[in-house]
Amino acid sequence: MKEIVVISGKGGTGKTSITASFAVLGGNNVVVADCDVDAADMHLLMQPDFAQSEDFYSGELAIIDQDKCTQCDECANVCRYSAIPIIDGKYIVDALSCEGCGYCARVCPTEAITNVDLNVGKWYVSTVKTGNIMVHAKLGIGADNSGKLVAKVKNEAKQTASDTNKDYIIVDGSPGIGCPVVSSISGANFVVLVTEPSVSGLHDLKRVYQLVKKFKIKAGCIINKSDINKQVSEEIENYLEKEDIVHISSLPYDETFTEAMTKGKTIVEYDKSKLYNSMIESWEKVQLIANK
Amino acid sequence: MNIAIASGKGGTGKTTLSTNLAVLFAESQKVVLSDLDVEEPNSGLFIKAELVHEENKFKIIPEWVEDKCTLCGICQDVCNFHAVIQLGTKIMVFPELCHSCYACSELCPTEALPMIPKKMGVLKHFNQGNLSFIESRLDIGEEQAVPLIAQTIQYVNENFLDNIIKIYDAPPGTSCPVIEATKDADFVILVTEPTPFGLHDLKIAVETMRELKKGYAVIINRYGIGNDDVLEYCNKGAIPIIAKIPNDRRIAELYSSGKLIYNQHADARRQLEGIMDYILKLNQVIIK
Repeated sequence: MKEIVVISGKGGTGKTSITASFAVLGGNNVVVADCDVDAADMHLLMQPDFAQSEDFYSGELAIIDQDKCTQCDECANVCRYSAIPIIDGKYIVDALSCEGCGYCARVCPTEAITNVDLNVGKWYVSTVKTGNIMVHAKLGIGADNSGKLVAKVKNEAKQTASDTNKDYIIVDGSPGIGCPVVSSISGANFVVLVTEPSVSGLHDLKRVYQLVKKFKIKAGCIINKSDINKQVSEEIENYLEKEDIVHISSLPYDETFTEAMTKGKTIVEYDKSKLYNSMIESWEKVQLIANK
Repeated sequence: MNIAIASGKGGTGKTTLSTNLAVLFAESQKVVLSDLDVEEPNSGLFIKAELVHEENKFKIIPEWVEDKCTLCGICQDVCNFHAVIQLGTKIMVFPELCHSCYACSELCPTEALPMIPKKMGVLKHFNQGNLSFIESRLDIGEEQAVPLIAQTIQYVNENFLDNIIKIYDAPPGTSCPVIEATKDADFVILVTEPTPFGLHDLKIAVETMRELKKGYAVIINRYGIGNDDVLEYCNKGAIPIIAKIPNDRRIAELYSSGKLIYNQHADARRQLEGIMDYILKLNQVIIK
């Protein structure tokens, strides 16, 4: 079983459209994991049935029992997140600022503070329109701990793939270089970097690849919208060569991607011409390298 | 006045909007642009300005002093993040898990875990005419963006007067970094595109802003592509749409080479001027 993770550094480069296309092309041999949990979009293309759902708890929130509180100020004094403001003479925990460290509860002399487990989202195991299993999630509004939810989604996908003897897990990662990205690439066999030839695309590609390098994972790159700027496109190709990143393919700037999306379809279901062939070639290349 | 430019979905044009708006404002008045997308800061690629100040930013983590430690186990017990672990006769600290709550350090009976600074990124301050540009960049391998975002906002608050317009380029998504970047904003502008992904992520962003009790409005970028669902959603929910930036390959090309559009694309400029007027009116309301 090989785990292929698609990330981009920069958002909006076409990561999800490309991942969903791979999922369709891989068919029954693939378990899909949408690890972009705080802006999860892949379900819009894959039509999952949300057959199985479970709440996800992670982290804690301090709650102050006003009857026991003596306004001694100890809790607010030790809180490094300014999460216990005094409102109308009462010490109230600001849920958005509280990091759930539990320090306040430990120093409260009257045991007025308890920590409750936080429900930070839901995760699902679904069958999608192509018959594959997809593990996906929805992070609660403004919730913390997206990295942990990502790890949960990935582990469930792994378990499913191993139980059902699938060859691949395809993971749609989130933008950036922070904890959800670290969570999604750790343990991967191959990372697909989706970029675009813009100064931002290249800048973000370099940063996210430095992270991938730390994990010593083999990487390949798809240059999407490659004809929007030939010069930057060449710069990206040179960078790939220098860093020994496989240049998987270059796809043209094509609004057919958006048309397909508005129909709830992946590009390989919607367009059977050039883009279709490019996607098939890309997917074959990805499989080849992942299995090396 | 603090204006945050955010979006659920990445790549919708937050940076394009933030940089062009800031430079347009700077034609007539003082303005601060601050890039809070510390994981992938891009505004600096579009702003030509002079570096006037640079400082390293630190998060504070505990450091084990073996000589003072009695291996009592309190530090491990009090750490809710499993960032301090006792392994045999050693205490291990995992900086990437640490939330700098100080509990282990201050509850240690023998002062064996003093808090020390660990570099997490760099803040840079640039000036050009009326424009001040503040950018923070998270070091690769650092997982937590929130402390650096918080310190960047603090820097801006300490260095600029309240009445100056401050534009914050927020990170994508709706999780903790976005909350940190928007929670002190007076108003949030959500940038979206008229596609199913754009709409889906806009809805989450709107829910987030409602949760935060923020005033917000929407800008539709790449207007003309996709469908009318975003338009209908906003109309139904009485969410103001303050601009529609046209879908134009030329804008994408200018952006791709690091160029601003405010002085290169007449329609885009009209839209930007509309946004500027909207912000100025908001500012008057807030001052009153």
